[in-house]
Amino acid sequence: MTTELLQPLIYDIGSPGRMGVNLPECDVPKVELPAALMREDLPLPEVSEVQVVRHFVKLSKLNYSIDQGLYPLGSCTMKYNPKINEDAARLPGFAQLHPLTDESGSQGALFLMRELQKWLGEISGFDAVSLTPAAGAQGEFAGILMIRQYHRDRGEGQRDLILVPNSAHGTNPATVTMAGMHVHELPSNDRGNVDMDALHAACEGELRDRIAGMMVTVPSTLGLFESTILEVIATVHDAGGLMYMDGANMNALMAAVKPGELGFDVMHYNLHKTFSTPHGGGGPGSGAVGVNDKLAPYLPGPIVEIVEEGAADTEEPVGATLESPEHGRGMTRASQGSPLQTSAGEGDRPPLYGFVMPEKSIGRLKAFHGNFGMHLRAFAYIRVYGDSGIRDVTRYAVLNANYLRAKLMRTYKVPYPRYCGHEFVLEGHFEDAADVHALDISKRLMDYGFHPPTNYFPLIVPEALLIEPTETETKVDLDEFVEAMERIAEEARRDPELLRNAPHTAPVRRLDEVRAAKELVLCCAPALSR
Amino acid sequence: MSYIPHTPFETQQMLVEIGVATIDELFEAVPATHRFPKLDLPPPMSEMEVAAEMLAISEANDHAQDFAIFRGAGAYHHFIPSVVNHMLLRGEFYTAYTPYQPEISQGTLQATYEYQSMMCALTGMDAANASHYDGATSLAEAITVALEATRHRRKKVILSHAIHPHYREVARTYHQGRDIRIIGDRGRGEVVDLMEMLDENTAMLAVQYPDFFGQIDDLSTLADAVHDAGALLVMVANPMALSIFKSPGELGADIVVGEGQPMGVPLGYGGPYLGYFAIRQKYVRRIAGRIIGETLDADGKRAFVMTLRPREQDIKRERATSNICTNQGLMALSASVYMALMGKNGLRHVGELNYHKAHYAANEINRLDGYSVDMSKPFFNEFVVACPRPIARINEALLAEGIIGGYDLGAHYYHLTDRMLLCVTEMNAKEEIDRLVEILGGLG
Amino acid sequence: MGDWKTPANLKYAETDEWFAADGAVVTIGITDYAQDQLNDIVYVEFRDAGEELDAGDSFGEVESVKAASELYSAVAGEIIEVNSALEDAPETVNADPFGAGWMVKVRTSDLAPLGGLMDAAAYDAYCDSR
Repeated sequence: MTTELLQPLIYDIGSPGRMGVNLPECDVPKVELPAALMREDLPLPEVSEVQVVRHFVKLSKLNYSIDQGLYPLGSCTMKYNPKINEDAARLPGFAQLHPLTDESGSQGALFLMRELQKWLGEISGFDAVSLTPAAGAQGEFAGILMIRQYHRDRGEGQRDLILVPNSAHGTNPATVTMAGMHVHELPSNDRGNVDMDALHAACEGELRDRIAGMMVTVPSTLGLFESTILEVIATVHDAGGLMYMDGANMNALMAAVKPGELGFDVMHYNLHKTFSTPHGGGGPGSGAVGVNDKLAPYLPGPIVEIVEEGAADTEEPVGATLESPEHGRGMTRASQGSPLQTSAGEGDRPPLYGFVMPEKSIGRLKAFHGNFGMHLRAFAYIRVYGDSGIRDVTRYAVLNANYLRAKLMRTYKVPYPRYCGHEFVLEGHFEDAADVHALDISKRLMDYGFHPPTNYFPLIVPEALLIEPTETETKVDLDEFVEAMERIAEEARRDPELLRNAPHTAPVRRLDEVRAAKELVLCCAPALSR
Repeated sequence: MSYIPHTPFETQQMLVEIGVATIDELFEAVPATHRFPKLDLPPPMSEMEVAAEMLAISEANDHAQDFAIFRGAGAYHHFIPSVVNHMLLRGEFYTAYTPYQPEISQGTLQATYEYQSMMCALTGMDAANASHYDGATSLAEAITVALEATRHRRKKVILSHAIHPHYREVARTYHQGRDIRIIGDRGRGEVVDLMEMLDENTAMLAVQYPDFFGQIDDLSTLADAVHDAGALLVMVANPMALSIFKSPGELGADIVVGEGQPMGVPLGYGGPYLGYFAIRQKYVRRIAGRIIGETLDADGKRAFVMTLRPREQDIKRERATSNICTNQGLMALSASVYMALMGKNGLRHVGELNYHKAHYAANEINRLDGYSVDMSKPFFNEFVVACPRPIARINEALLAEGIIGGYDLGAHYYHLTDRMLLCVTEMNAKEEIDRLVEILGGLG
Repeated sequence: MGDWKTPANLKYAETDEWFAADGAVVTIGITDYAQDQLNDIVYVEFRDAGEELDAGDSFGEVESVKAASELYSAVAGEIIEVNSALEDAPETVNADPFGAGWMVKVRTSDLAPLGGLMDAAAYDAYCDSR
């Protein structure tokens, strides 16, 4: 059976000879192309500019997005993505800056990265920060490689075990393996915390000398602050291990607690979660890592430092250190020295920012120096909120989550009924509607115009629905979501089939994943015509 | 409060519902000794002020709108049609998450499927994933696939020294915890020298195409030699060069990786870029990261879904071969829109413009006293120039004239001091090239 | 107990493989319980015939839409045959796990490890308890 797609493939709307772009003719004398090296065919589409625009606009309309409504996807922090940040990212001074521009010609970018390093360090209580990791998972990888190298340098290379709670995100154990270490999984207790008996057994038993560290998510993947966290940290430190904090849930911590002050040795940030950089339909992200002084020499590089002190006090607030933008535009600027003048007075010399590789760095994690486009958005975000506002981000994120939790507890089972952080877990299952599962509730939410919560994670709660509203949602939106959830709970009893066949109003119905995995159609035929 | 919408009255209503008097009470589980630290951050700013500050910071950079740029070395200044940015700015794309809920994500899913298809077309491979972080991490992930495909019995990975230095560094960072050896790139070995290193302990051999110096080696016998040794051939390819040159598939590669930035992604000070990863059917189930496949919905309608999911870290956990989760999805969309606009004929035209302009510049510079261009092998849009003075001095002089000059190869290759890697693209008009040549001539 | 089949003449491992010895040749597959838990199997991959296994080694992997499981051999020896028909029709494992869905044959010189495995009754009790 062949049926039409909702929108035909770009390959299927073209005609030979058509082109979607107007290009200049060659303005230099042509040379002969090396015939033996040339390809014969290039099977790309042949479509007009208007066709391309309409094609992608039509596709875009098949998506749900934050710009359309509440996106309570637990552990993903789908907060509003400020538009000013998109404008900033497209300024020519950022968008058209070559990554290998000499230091003197990239002082703006370097200054911005250095400030962001400082701010992220301040928010989390760490001594040093590297912005290079491209995503949270790469930040985790950096963290575990640093821990590994730290032990090896101390002659304790036998420490090869990383403790990982069974509630952890899958990236944690996968990261440990990638780094050539081994996972020792710890169970959780009935409050959703790490089982302390199991932790003590691991840290005080025969494995003690093999403990390299532990990865913990705070608040936990259930959205709960571990009240035992100080004991967890002390126990692992006592065994000689280091503590890694998965910062995926940092939106619950800003100005509430600094992980570095709790005793963590290293953590990663997800700039695309906490600091509002867009998720982009799957990426890009940015996964800066913060460390205390033990691990600072091992940071992935390069990081930005002041490589030449200025003549005046350089620790002024950002606004004061910048000269007005009318100065030093364009080609004449090169001869003016660094444009980051201090406001202190005539003749003062600003510091020179530059890249350095930390002394015992685990190395480079990607080419150049990280997802700079995400750095500048996070910079603008922190700048808008400032000291008082950043504190409110967390406070209102936690308020919104607890409000939803309080209201939804009337209709759904909340397995851990206590104050939550920025997210919480419901059981998407009813004893008197046994055929309805979390997945069905999720799919039915689409019919009510909402993106579903995260399903089936964390794995330790059966039929988990992990709900994270974020601070940018109004009470009215939250109330509408509650109403939809309540009606779905009713429907589950009255008409379970309605849920089991949901969604009914989305562009497509549920998909045959078995067929997709067996037949593996990963590329359309015209692209393979060669 | 910037992007927080709560009115004081609503906040009170919500607190009543929860049953607490203040928001602070919700943080009772945080150890009291460490609760509510002060943050030493600058004060808040209005949108107007932030816009002005971002502009000021951005203008403290020497960018390609103010300068003529002849620098490449892994990041390229190419023309990006206006449509690309307009599609990228659609909130439906950039404010969506990973398409885990396919019923309301068909836009992202189909655009990614089309990206995969066009990457297959360009590389001559059978499947491509939805992206890695950048070209360097794609190479690191290719090493993992090769080690898996040879079942971890082979411990040797051969990399050409003419692969981007950052990529080789990243490969070493990624695999420092493994019991393998990465060799081949310490000297100046030619492809034939690398072929001699192949043995029954070799998992893969990787070359760059065109290489870091812009050149194209004779690769006609390479694939057979690698395959005879039971290893995989990995090619790091500049997709823009694939517009005119033979596809790596035609040359026998098993995995093709590289940086997709030249296709619709701005220079952006090095990121976010686009790591592409394409592979032969034989190895498709070893691919890491997200991949989109076609299927049917409950009504029999054709649609798209993320597939091969059990390979990913959230299901396989410590047995997963990669921890990748977030990728560079939006950059894949850029490339998708870019390739669709350019199409079969446009992309070839851009490729030819690069070739002709680079050769025009190279020939002109080669005529200058004191300069010589390495013409020993065919090249695409980059070439190596031996200069009569230290590169830093030359670049200083060029900058004063509004030109960002080539990349100083001495920074990474000790035998290439006073050698500059120059890049010429379709963005460099003839007048710009002539001016570059004139200034260089004056420095000779 | 659940409604899965557990033939009486086989030996069972905790990792849900079944073992049938015929002289020195041991045939291995996964149980009905395991295929039911995995749901629709979409892919199988085995190590090559001719390869040597130690007891406890993985001989391959089976994958459904939701899970991927490693397959383990309780016995040491040489893989003398793999059921390559499953590569194109992995659903056979769901349909007939103890028959056409067999996976590999291993020639061993040491049958002793099979003595330490569960019999059908013990395996049923084990599955019930999960």
